Amino acid sequence: MVATKPPPEKKPAIRRFLENLRTTPKQVRDTALRGGKPNTDRTRSTFVFGNVFLHLHPVRTHRWSLKWATTWGLGIASFAAFLITLITGVLLMFYYKPHVEVAYDSIKDIAFVVPTGNFIRNIHRWAANLMVVTVILHMARAFYTAAYRAPREFNWLIGMALLVLTLGLSFTGYLLPWDQLAYWAITIGANIAQSPREVTDALGMTDAFDPGGLQKLLLLGSDTVGEEALIRFYLLHVMILPLALVGVLSVHFWRIRKDGGLVRPKDADQRLGPVAAADYPVFTEAPKKTYQLAAVVRGKSGAVGRGPENTVPSMPHLFYAELAVTMLTIALCVGLAMLSDAPLKELANPQVPENPAKAPWYFLGLQELVAYSAFMGGVGIPAIVLLGLGLIPYLDREKEGTGEWFGGPGGKRLVLQAACVGFASAIAIEWFSIKNGWLREWFPNIKQLWITAVNPGTVLTAIYALYSLWLVKKYDSTRSGALGLFTCFLCGFVVLTVVGTYFRGPNWDFYWSPADWPVH
Amino acid sequence: MTTSDPNKPSRLDPDPVPRRDFLGLASMWAAGTTFLFAAVGSLRLPKAAVLSSPSRKYRVALPDNLPEGAPFVPPGRSVAIFRDKQGVYAISTICTHLGCIVKPSPTGFDCPCHGSKFHPDGTVLKGPAPTALVWRKVTVDGALCIVDEDAKVPPGTKV
Ligand code: HEM
Ligand code: FES
Repeated sequence: MVATKPPPEKKPAIRRFLENLRTTPKQVRDTALRGGKPNTDRTRSTFVFGNVFLHLHPVRTHRWSLKWATTWGLGIASFAAFLITLITGVLLMFYYKPHVEVAYDSIKDIAFVVPTGNFIRNIHRWAANLMVVTVILHMARAFYTAAYRAPREFNWLIGMALLVLTLGLSFTGYLLPWDQLAYWAITIGANIAQSPREVTDALGMTDAFDPGGLQKLLLLGSDTVGEEALIRFYLLHVMILPLALVGVLSVHFWRIRKDGGLVRPKDADQRLGPVAAADYPVFTEAPKKTYQLAAVVRGKSGAVGRGPENTVPSMPHLFYAELAVTMLTIALCVGLAMLSDAPLKELANPQVPENPAKAPWYFLGLQELVAYSAFMGGVGIPAIVLLGLGLIPYLDREKEGTGEWFGGPGGKRLVLQAACVGFASAIAIEWFSIKNGWLREWFPNIKQLWITAVNPGTVLTAIYALYSLWLVKKYDSTRSGALGLFTCFLCGFVVLTVVGTYFRGPNWDFYWSPADWPVH
Repeated sequence: MTTSDPNKPSRLDPDPVPRRDFLGLASMWAAGTTFLFAAVGSLRLPKAAVLSSPSRKYRVALPDNLPEGAPFVPPGRSVAIFRDKQGVYAISTICTHLGCIVKPSPTGFDCPCHGSKFHPDGTVLKGPAPTALVWRKVTVDGALCIVDEDAKVPPGTKV
């Protein structure tokens, strides 16, 4: 036999058991964090890439991306608002019943009987509205900093899919309370989907080719808004659209990383200056091994060929900033939910339209246009706008001003001028048509096709398009044209939305204030 | 970086697929077409074949004292029935613009949603409605009228 060392002194099992029990909470925490507390360069990195939720983030973040003025936190605010609607929405599903006989009652229960029901419903409404606002502002941020340029063109398109999904989520949610507001907004919405008939009818081909009718049939599952429509909207609202949004959003986030983080000006490093010592400068220890892995990944990836000097660890810098924006978003939603209740009108009545029947606010700009031509306002112009937005990154391939607010020839001055043109022409057109009416009032027998082609919406679009063509010429730059066009459309959207929201009363007539509405 | 000459093919970039790889291309296209058809085909399910809406053909009794040319809207229905010297006729109250319910008024019909106005015979006077209100089929059955809200008749048809 070989002489062996005596085994290390073994504690009695009962002692070990008690000791293990005592240290269990710490063990659980350590095993959850994998790399241990994130307090060194290395553990900060493992904290990020060892965590399934965080590893969409880079381990280190460029300091330019962390400046407030780079993003104003609008993307994260949109995401936070989405998460809030997700959580409050699931809570509402405990009580909501998607059936025409009980839907309205179940919302009433939520509003008046269910503990915290009204509060949760309010938060859901406000977060949904806030999300629409922040998504639009986020898009404007990406546009004005020219973040859509190579290599981010495709992420801009992904973003547009997110915009459409966000609007779709809000719109489908609007029907669920089954009150008068909901019923008539969706009736109008569904008929807008059908409005290509305005053109096919005029051309006398609806019997053979009827895309409008097909759209409405698919949306409503019937020819009127009823049980089939409610169950479809419910399915879209709680299942199809949220899943689609999460899927598309994952691509959006993934692409941000793969496209090399957020956009920044070429000279960002010089402008920022050196990193403060307290911000954990990079690579305090020289790496002991070098890997050639970077050679396998060709093309643009995170930090290939770029100095890491101006980055700081994402934990804590990026995560704390994201947390701050999230907290702010939550605070805003909760605050608004306490101040103002989500609306609930009388039970839906298919015989008596709301007067005025208004869509959700972000569609009131379109409703303004729909009041001339259903097809142009509801389908034609939105399609033109989406197409135009989608083409921006492919038509503007310049380099100047990337990563700068209002970057590009003309810059801030051009944007201010475009804002004036955008506001002035929208207000002028509205004023003119409210005062003088439009073609039908002047020529009662005019063919509808004329009005479809020439109405305040198309005239405004034409003015904006011509103005930005002129800008392209004047500055000899596609970016200048894009700056002008985007700004004009933003202003037009604001003017039309405000008029539709505040200045339209019964019969869609113009009123300075709801106090002037006739009593009926 | 190691591979520096951009013109020299690297072993990391495999040769592009030869264009004449017929079987390969054919199966790609086949797979693509399959997915496309599957996607379009799965839209067939939500396209309802039978609409759930109740039958819109019904009998109504006109009030005996209905004045000539005055509208009678049967409760819960979206049609206005008139009686004059030439007979009985029915005009749909569904606005041809975006489907709101128009209200009979002394001058014809008014739509509350975007302000369309219609002549008593349904033709458009004002506003965004692209076409005239639809005339519905009425048949007289003794003292009652049978209205079919799914059947269109040419404007001016009175029975
Ligand atoms: C559900 C809606 C959306 C969410 C939650 C979202 C989220 C985000 C987040 C968190 C970022 C990181 C930077 C930042 O916070 O600004 C980002 C970047 C970006 N987003 Fe979105 N986004 C949404 C919709 C859109 C839309 C509508 C567009 C434009 C059509 C868009 C285009 C972009 C682009 C181009 C970037 C890269 C910006 C850069 O590199 O500086 N996104 N998005
Ligand atoms: S629905 Fe009647 S005017 Fe729009």
